[in-house]
Amino acid sequence: MSANTALASPILLSCQKLSKSYPLPKGQSYEVLHELQLDIMKGEFMSIIGHSGCGKSTLLSMIAGLNPISGGQILLGGKAIKGPGPDRGVIFQSPSLLPWMSALDNVLLGVNQVFPHETKDTRRDIASYYLQKVGLGDALDKRAKDLSQGMQQRVGIARAFAIKPQILLLDEPFGMLDSLTRAELQEVLLEVWNREKITAIMITHDVDEAIFLSDRVVMMTSGPRAQIGDVLNIHLERPRERKAVMEHPDYYEYRSHLIDFLEHV
Amino acid sequence: MKARTIQLLQFTGMFWAIPFVRLFSGEEILVQLRQIWTSIGLPVMAIAGFLLTWHLVAQRVNTSLGRLPGPMEVTQQAQVLWQEHLTERAKANDFYARQDARIAKIKAANPNAKPRRVAFTGKPTYLDQILTSLKTVFVGFIFASILALPIGIICGANKNIMTALNPIIQVLKPVSPLAWLPIVTMVVSAVYTTNNGLVPKSFIISAVTVAMCSLWATLINTAVGVASVNKDYLNVAQVLQLSARQRTFKVILPATLPMIFTGLRITLGVGWMVLIAAEMMAQNPGLGKFIWDEFQNGSSTSIARIMVAVLTIGMIGYALDRLMAALQQKVSFA
Repeated sequence: MSANTALASPILLSCQKLSKSYPLPKGQSYEVLHELQLDIMKGEFMSIIGHSGCGKSTLLSMIAGLNPISGGQILLGGKAIKGPGPDRGVIFQSPSLLPWMSALDNVLLGVNQVFPHETKDTRRDIASYYLQKVGLGDALDKRAKDLSQGMQQRVGIARAFAIKPQILLLDEPFGMLDSLTRAELQEVLLEVWNREKITAIMITHDVDEAIFLSDRVVMMTSGPRAQIGDVLNIHLERPRERKAVMEHPDYYEYRSHLIDFLEHV
Repeated sequence: MKARTIQLLQFTGMFWAIPFVRLFSGEEILVQLRQIWTSIGLPVMAIAGFLLTWHLVAQRVNTSLGRLPGPMEVTQQAQVLWQEHLTERAKANDFYARQDARIAKIKAANPNAKPRRVAFTGKPTYLDQILTSLKTVFVGFIFASILALPIGIICGANKNIMTALNPIIQVLKPVSPLAWLPIVTMVVSAVYTTNNGLVPKSFIISAVTVAMCSLWATLINTAVGVASVNKDYLNVAQVLQLSARQRTFKVILPATLPMIFTGLRITLGVGWMVLIAAEMMAQNPGLGKFIWDEFQNGSSTSIARIMVAVLTIGMIGYALDRLMAALQQKVSFA
């Protein structure tokens, strides 16, 4: 699916005049986000890029429902978000697995919750299917604490996809990994995503990651009172391959556009 | 085989034995010998030094019951206690054998007769007393856990309840078992009025006193553990919208288990320490009563026998602690 057809799809998630402020001890408040407007189309992979502390993680945690909204609203499929829920699959920066459970049980925890009426075997099949897709078919019964960081994040990806959410929220999912593992996992993510085409929002500050994965990159201004500074559509064919993407004639234009923005906000 | 043995030794905390396993399997002999020297040689030297000092100092102290016993006398009394145990058991066996014979004879004469069986009523031996103490501390430990775990979980989950209960907990925590005992005695006597109950009153009094003094460590550790569960785990529970029950049993409790076990380990340690005092005063026939009786008895061997008890208490306490440490390691996921 190219970016153009994605843009033609209906809006899945919409942030309307979304604001977030934290009270300061002296009575004033610190406004992180100010009346932010953002629409995400169904089936689209969107990245949000910006400097550290610009409020992009705050934005994502508000969409996830883990952080209360100070002003405006977030609509998912036309309905305002009130608190967290399994219709939004979150991949956290730290893998956030329950370390005492096996990889399979970690994924099952979500699957059991979302498909309570399926048989035990079906649920197990769903969980192990996604673990296989992220390359952990041999590690189903390994305890999460015995897995490497990269493998833990693979489980995190499987867990998020396995609950068949309407939208995936990725909060710098590869931020804690070394660059080799990071590249590997980007490909794992892309492969599963190509199959499932679940609408996704990813927070990142890695320009190459944003271009490689997204249909659209949203650039946020630095806080306080952060807003959308610029939007870049990435018209690269899917399925994508890293080498082809890097050698694409438009690649450096995309890249310099993003870097330009980040250097001048 | 070797790997399994080493694993087992690590699990039980017997790290000192690992070099022996390696030595016998032919791993670098010099390295292993040096390991053995540092892990066993040094403690053995220290123990030898301790025994020697004890021996020399004890000779110079004259009590009203004679010279303070040294390591020799204590070892001797330990053997005496073991002999007494064997003799007492032999007596009991004789008694039951005679009783069986008599009953068989009565039945042979009159098949309809229902001869009464009586239990042997010898005095409890030292081993019986150790067993009684272990049972008491175990029951007290269970009482303490039953009280402390739920309250700890509730306190950890709800800040307001924690704030409300904190002063009470802090005030009751440092109270000595000797202060609790009279109160516990009166209350138990008032509530537990049957004279032929399943367990003697003194047993319950001791166990409850143990619980009263030892439950705090578990309560506080559980509360702190529950209150400080990793935010990431709670986020996962929130995103998946786990029910309160699932959140408690699938996320919060497993995450808190290591802290809970730290608390339980301290509780058992404190309980074992408190038990001796409680048994002395409540006259529960365990190690505490043994020490008290020997003290009242005041024979020339009494102090040596008390010292046997002191060492026994220490060794059992150490063993209980190792056991809890092993369990703690088993549940820790870090």
